[in-house]
Amino acid sequence: MSKTPSGTVIIGAGHAGGTVAALLRQYGYQAPITLIGDEPLAPYQRPPLSKAWLKGETDADSLALRPGSFYAEAAITLVLGAKAIAIDRGTRVVNLSDGRTLTYDSLIIATGARARTLQLPGADLRGVLTLRSAADAESLKAMLGPGKRLAVIGGGYIGLEAAASALALGGGAVVIEREARILARVSCAEISAFFNDYHRARGVTFEVGAVVEELVGAGGHVTGVRLAGGRVIPCDAVLIGIGAPPNEEIAKDAGLDCDGGIVVDEHARTADPAVFAIGDVTKRPLPLYGCSFRLESVANALEQARQAACAITERPAPAPEVTWNWSDQYDLKYQFAGIPFNVDYHLVRGDIAAAKFAVFHLKGDVIQAVEAVNAPAEFMAGRRLIGEKRPISRERLADSAISMKEVAA
Amino acid sequence: MAKVTYVEHNGAKHAIDVKVGLSVMEGAVKNNIPGIDADCGGACACATCHVYVDEAWADKTGAKSAMEESMLDFAENVEPTSRLSCQIKVTEALDGLIVRMPESQH
Repeated sequence: MSKTPSGTVIIGAGHAGGTVAALLRQYGYQAPITLIGDEPLAPYQRPPLSKAWLKGETDADSLALRPGSFYAEAAITLVLGAKAIAIDRGTRVVNLSDGRTLTYDSLIIATGARARTLQLPGADLRGVLTLRSAADAESLKAMLGPGKRLAVIGGGYIGLEAAASALALGGGAVVIEREARILARVSCAEISAFFNDYHRARGVTFEVGAVVEELVGAGGHVTGVRLAGGRVIPCDAVLIGIGAPPNEEIAKDAGLDCDGGIVVDEHARTADPAVFAIGDVTKRPLPLYGCSFRLESVANALEQARQAACAITERPAPAPEVTWNWSDQYDLKYQFAGIPFNVDYHLVRGDIAAAKFAVFHLKGDVIQAVEAVNAPAEFMAGRRLIGEKRPISRERLADSAISMKEVAA
Repeated sequence: MAKVTYVEHNGAKHAIDVKVGLSVMEGAVKNNIPGIDADCGGACACATCHVYVDEAWADKTGAKSAMEESMLDFAENVEPTSRLSCQIKVTEALDGLIVRMPESQH
């Protein structure tokens, strides 16, 4: 007599975890699926939390990846508000903090990343926030509005999107960045300068090359950010957006290889054939670049969800994708594809002053990455050319009188 | 509610009652219909919710924005009735709409 299958256990009910559960059912997987989430909510989309949701343009229902009724209909067991604390790979058991245990045939770790916090005096004052979860976003939203000034520590996407949302809600925002320019880790100088100017023209102020020494407060609530040198930037709330380390500890404790992310192969599988990892928590090979990266994006979460679901249901692996992401700020749609890794040249196509342009990063005549502002054709064509690794003419690419269709032809 | 029929590339049909106000993409994703990926969740940023609108319905689904047009220009297997389903809002007038899915969104 065959043993009843334990099925698949998924740790982490974010975009990656929720998607892989649904895909397994789409692909005909029949065994039990259990999805464990430490938040009280069923899987939802995080990107709108700093964009449309924060500005009140979309409601909680539309954040949900699937309607609440979906999980019962698809026979996916949701275990919410629960934390997985240990994995025993020998017996294939996951331990939860409330004492429960779950056995698995396949395990998928989709624990994501957590907002990095500041270890500084005053960091525990009320009004000092990070933004990762829907609950974080509720707290932040309550601090925004007319007459309220938000200080953002960290000039990355999250911080800039939150600043734009703060202004849209009638308040003010100041962005404090340690590096000499905003978006220093993720974008080229032209893109940084463009976003800096665009935000400044709409009322955001910037403090770049600024080191934060202390958060100051009154009555237990934050009232300002003190910089090295003593100057205090007054504010009503502080959002810390300085990156997100991976939640890899549970994998590390289980003896799985971690290197700034859980190490997986091109099928999202760890060295243990029964254990997969997907999404922000992984360090994964990108065949296009011949190197491994930890990517933090929805597109990456979904691609790896497809890889894991295909591997578990023994379907052919999906074709490798070109990694991409996007950001919405004011009326700007910023889309980027590929990784500016191992590049020797970049060029601007279009009109920066008209807020419609793209920056292409090349190695020789091959496009490795594209950053596009209100330039969907450049983004889409660039993404395709990156995947094809096909050489193009730099002169024609830089000439916006020649359409992207002709450039790519 | 409006009835929307989603036809997978392999011919499998899914007739779904979609709430007016949602997009055709949301109607598919919320019901776990295979073939519409919608990686960006409806931000018109990814072109992974590509559908072919049935000829009879092509006029009723409205005009494409410049953004959508540009995104579609570089999607795979584009046809004259191609749309990004995140950009089609479901209305009472679309009761009976039929959309077909391409072979792949990627």
